Amino acid sequence: MMNDNKGFRKRKSWKAFVTICFLFLAIFSVMFSLGTGAVSVDIKSILSILFGDSASEYYDIIWNIRLPRTLVAVFVGINLALSGAILQGVMRNPMADPHIIGVSSGAGLFGITILLVFPAYSHLLVPVSFIGAMLTSLLIYLLAWDRGASPMRIVLAGVAASAFLNAGVNALYTFYSDRIQGAVSFMVGNLSAKSWEQVEIIVPYSLIGLTLAILSAQRMNVLLLGDSKSKSLGLNTEGYRLWFIAISALLAASAVSIVGLLGFVGLIVPHAARLLVGNDYKILLPASALLGVAVLCLSDTIGRVAFAPIELPVGIIMGGIGAPFFLYLLRKKRTL
Amino acid sequence: MFEIKNVHIGYQANEVISDLTIQLEAGKIHSIIGPNGCGKSTFLKAIGNQLKATYGEIVFQSSNIHKWGRKPFARELAYLMQENESNPEITVRQLIEYGRFPHKKKFERLNQDDQAIVEEAIKLTNLINLAERAVNSLSGGERQRAWIAMALAQQPTVLLLDEPTSYLDIHHQLEIIELLKQLNTEQGITIILVLHDINQAAMISDQIIALKSGRLYDFGIPKDVITQTMLHDVFKVNAEIIISSQSESISIYNFHLLNESLNNKK
Repeated sequence: MMNDNKGFRKRKSWKAFVTICFLFLAIFSVMFSLGTGAVSVDIKSILSILFGDSASEYYDIIWNIRLPRTLVAVFVGINLALSGAILQGVMRNPMADPHIIGVSSGAGLFGITILLVFPAYSHLLVPVSFIGAMLTSLLIYLLAWDRGASPMRIVLAGVAASAFLNAGVNALYTFYSDRIQGAVSFMVGNLSAKSWEQVEIIVPYSLIGLTLAILSAQRMNVLLLGDSKSKSLGLNTEGYRLWFIAISALLAASAVSIVGLLGFVGLIVPHAARLLVGNDYKILLPASALLGVAVLCLSDTIGRVAFAPIELPVGIIMGGIGAPFFLYLLRKKRTL
Repeated sequence: MFEIKNVHIGYQANEVISDLTIQLEAGKIHSIIGPNGCGKSTFLKAIGNQLKATYGEIVFQSSNIHKWGRKPFARELAYLMQENESNPEITVRQLIEYGRFPHKKKFERLNQDDQAIVEEAIKLTNLINLAERAVNSLSGGERQRAWIAMALAQQPTVLLLDEPTSYLDIHHQLEIIELLKQLNTEQGITIILVLHDINQAAMISDQIIALKSGRLYDFGIPKDVITQTMLHDVFKVNAEIIISSQSESISIYNFHLLNESLNNKK
């Protein structure tokens, strides 16, 4: 018993240790992202600018160009990672991500419609794709409803609805093939040319989503025991499922409407975090959010500098580096 | 405790339970027996408030089951399903702690009283040495005890169990049966369970409910319900029954299929 007890404590402190590592990794990635680029800026100057030194020679680069972009990366990372973590729990399916509730296909069709059909209104890209994302999630939830929306029905309804909407996207591609250029970066997801305006749009969603998610973490743990078990423990299973789907739709929709259809983060980041800290949502949610920040900031920085002056969209870097790393984790630790 | 009045579950052609009326008393062990597909689990789900009756009324502690809030209901009644899935690396103790969920307000944490209750549940189910192990690393019998411990942490007055002994070997089956008996006599918990094994049902029950194709076939003390006629009508088997006079125990042996069902197969 002594040994078992020790092992348990070790596991607990291990989880805390990993989470703190994620925190440092996130801070490092933010600094790295701010300091790296055509002009390298040392950490001292960055810190002094962040604390209000507007006299620095790098002020303009850091404050007006790199900082908003990095902050968008930070919040998009948080949102997509949390959204994926929540959905994997709600669906009790490790392969779930924001695609499943139609956020990507909805934002995709609406966003592409604006970019290709009504390019004159491209300033409305963000709100319109947000509406598309939210409407699609709602539609999928309603389609899946039959005296309750079971995870399996949601997944299937999601696959069908996404196929339908993607057909629409492809149709638009065919009709407006001459204008496709501008739409590509939206479809892969990228962080170039983000300004304070976008930071202001996404921050409230991130903060509200993060707070609600972490406050509901224990309920998520109970939901993970399965529908009938959580029901018999007195949880309003159906109500909380809708609640969690709504939170993750809000988080993911606000992210993809700003940076485009950035896949992968929502699937891989929570998964990797889960492999390292386990399934307890009280730890998994903050750990995923921090890892999301690190992954997105690092990928974006690499995309900016690797083939400079050509900038690779962050989505491509994420897939290129993230997928092999994920496979490595998968092979190393087999308890999924 | 439970008053079940003219309950139907399911629709016309697919009616699983038809016109069931029965009263279940507090403090007793009730076993539901019957062949596969006779509606045992459905009936248990209905009184566990997991499933709505199509017609009729289920009254639990003098108010209609639908009028109960989910949490107050979960403080009175714990339900152990046939199949339980759990979070992969959750420990036995963590699992049992979830049993306190219905007693907690939103965002309220477990306090010392809760910990004491969890500790007590661990002791009662003889899980002290396993408390910090992952549930998924336990054997079938140990896992079943862990789920029972979680149900006990709910401090229910009624415990529902759906075939708690299936997939266990005879030793672990008896372990569960003894544990349930003990909980009933020492803690006064009313137990309603679905059992496949008629001998076990006879061993443990104060009352036996025999179902046949969704209808109540018979209800009463084991000696009265477990008869050759019942085995013939409900299970389509012949068997011999011995009632030992001193311990009031019933054993059924020498089962064989009815000739007619053999002929039907040919």
